[in-house]
Amino acid sequence: MNFIAIKMLVGDRAKYIGILIGLTFASLLITQQTAIFCGLMTRTFGAITDLGQPDIWVMDKKVQFIDDIKPMQDTELYRVRGVSGVQWAVPLYKGLIRARLDNGNFQTCNVIGLDDATLIGGPPKMVADSTGAIGRLEDLRRSEAVIVDEVGANDKLAKIPAGNGKPIPLKIGDTLELNDHRAVVVGLCQVSRTFQSQPVVYTTYSRATTFAPQERKLLSFVLVKAENGVDIQNLCNRITQTTGLGAFTRIQFVWKTVDYFMEYTGIPINFGISVALGFFVGTIIAGQTFYNFTLDNLKYFGTLKAMGADGPILLRMILIQAVLVGTIGYGLGVGLASLFGMVTAKTELAFWMPWQLLAISGFAVTIICIFSALLSIYKVMRLEPAIVFKT
Amino acid sequence: MTSIIPEYRSAIPAAPELAVHCRGITKSYGVGASKVTALRGIDLDVKTGELLMLVGPSGCGKTTLISCIAGILDHDDGVCTVFGHDFKSMSQGQRTRLRGRTLGFVFQSFNLLPTLTAAENVAVPLLINGMTRRRAIAQAREILGHVGLGQRYTSLPKQLSGGQQQRVAIARALVHDPKIIVCDEPTSALDHETGHQVMEMLRSVAMRSGRSLVIVTHDARIFEFADRIAQMDDGIIQKVVDSPEELKN
Repeated sequence: MNFIAIKMLVGDRAKYIGILIGLTFASLLITQQTAIFCGLMTRTFGAITDLGQPDIWVMDKKVQFIDDIKPMQDTELYRVRGVSGVQWAVPLYKGLIRARLDNGNFQTCNVIGLDDATLIGGPPKMVADSTGAIGRLEDLRRSEAVIVDEVGANDKLAKIPAGNGKPIPLKIGDTLELNDHRAVVVGLCQVSRTFQSQPVVYTTYSRATTFAPQERKLLSFVLVKAENGVDIQNLCNRITQTTGLGAFTRIQFVWKTVDYFMEYTGIPINFGISVALGFFVGTIIAGQTFYNFTLDNLKYFGTLKAMGADGPILLRMILIQAVLVGTIGYGLGVGLASLFGMVTAKTELAFWMPWQLLAISGFAVTIICIFSALLSIYKVMRLEPAIVFKT
Repeated sequence: MTSIIPEYRSAIPAAPELAVHCRGITKSYGVGASKVTALRGIDLDVKTGELLMLVGPSGCGKTTLISCIAGILDHDDGVCTVFGHDFKSMSQGQRTRLRGRTLGFVFQSFNLLPTLTAAENVAVPLLINGMTRRRAIAQAREILGHVGLGQRYTSLPKQLSGGQQQRVAIARALVHDPKIIVCDEPTSALDHETGHQVMEMLRSVAMRSGRSLVIVTHDARIFEFADRIAQMDDGIIQKVVDSPEELKN
């Protein structure tokens, strides 16, 4: 009877396509909106995950997320280095500094100042500029040197030629003006996109503090590497007890940042509404069309019932129909969402689709199918086979 | 005539002399002021190997009676057995399964599933009874040949004429070798000539030893095919006669 169930469904093209559209739409919207949400969230903590070497981030206790900089005194670095179990600890400057562009406009940049001696915390990957030249991280030791992320170099920091022509990407050797200080580009790098899509500029810690507006305290973070065999969490606790500063493992800091955005911004609610809308609209379209399909076929379900198809057979037929449209709708929706992600991969749009998201989307489509099938099952199970004798 | 049922045999018990035995059947719909009594004490026997027609005006209770006989509706009072089985004493599942093995149906509007081919439609009762798809389709094709549609087994219902659709429906009613075939107005959607052909087919192909046909109709043109005719009116059987002439008298 399985193939009869499938032929009944597929044979009614209009309703079959209607149900598929509903489920595809729901699956697409749920997957795509959630993937954009996940993509946005990864941008909030990209600066943390880009730094692979340190085990622990030390910061002022009041810091709530990566961009919530509450500068510390430089002496805190030495206090952290004094905690037992610390293999090394280096300073990191992170702050927003205005760059003055050739056309007179200003662009706020995310400036990251690395430890002068070790350059720990540098960009994960150096890339070629428009002429094919590739800089090196060590070039930061040259006078006035900065490394700029390629997206910023190609877009927001690009030079605007006279007459408003096509922007010319920054290349090695070009100069910038950062808070009235001259800076020379010595390389381009690839980094995770930032939440506010600002260009990322790497330089040394000492130079970054000269670029930065004058403040009494300038140390943003202390990056710590634990000695071999030392329990990271215990070391975090020791640093906090000894220095009174906040100390978090990389993952803890990532979640602290995500939690902040989840709790204090409207992003989850906005995306939650879109996802819920997709779910409900998909449920209504698919549920109603599936139910209408069943209503239109009641006479035939009644005929099958009269001819001896019992409850389990009819139940199986409806479930097969629901599973079929659910699987195809889910596949189409997720496929379209993936296509969307591929097409927009090189744009500003944030998009990240982990496998958990596919599972969530699949679960949502399953719920829609169960709901749709239950309506139909209820109708068919209560159907009097005597309906077959009514013309 | 040799059996047109090549392999499949239903698992019903050996047929007693009476296929259907009804005594004092009553059936009402609704409650209170809106209560309508459709059957007012029906006594009816259908013998094995007999073609019985239930005739009467619209609303006289013919369809309700065959629904009760087929175990599709529960009667309120009285006794009704089909080959000794009392549908009313069975669970819904039991009666559905028994119906699937014992009864074949021919409906007024054919009720062929529109998205299935003729062979697939005919195979439905076999599939319901658990036969594999390949065997069921093969058997359906064979029986379609017996009703003159051997070349149309891949046709969809909409590609067939009314008479051809009814022949597919007859093949579907026969394919699982039921002991009783219940037909509800099998010729009312057909013109006179086609209706006649369908009745001839029912008589020649469907009638075989031990099988009974109960046909509900108000089409006087086909009365001649009946072994007996039970005339109903207002929920009771007024008379049972052996020929249309007696009915006129």
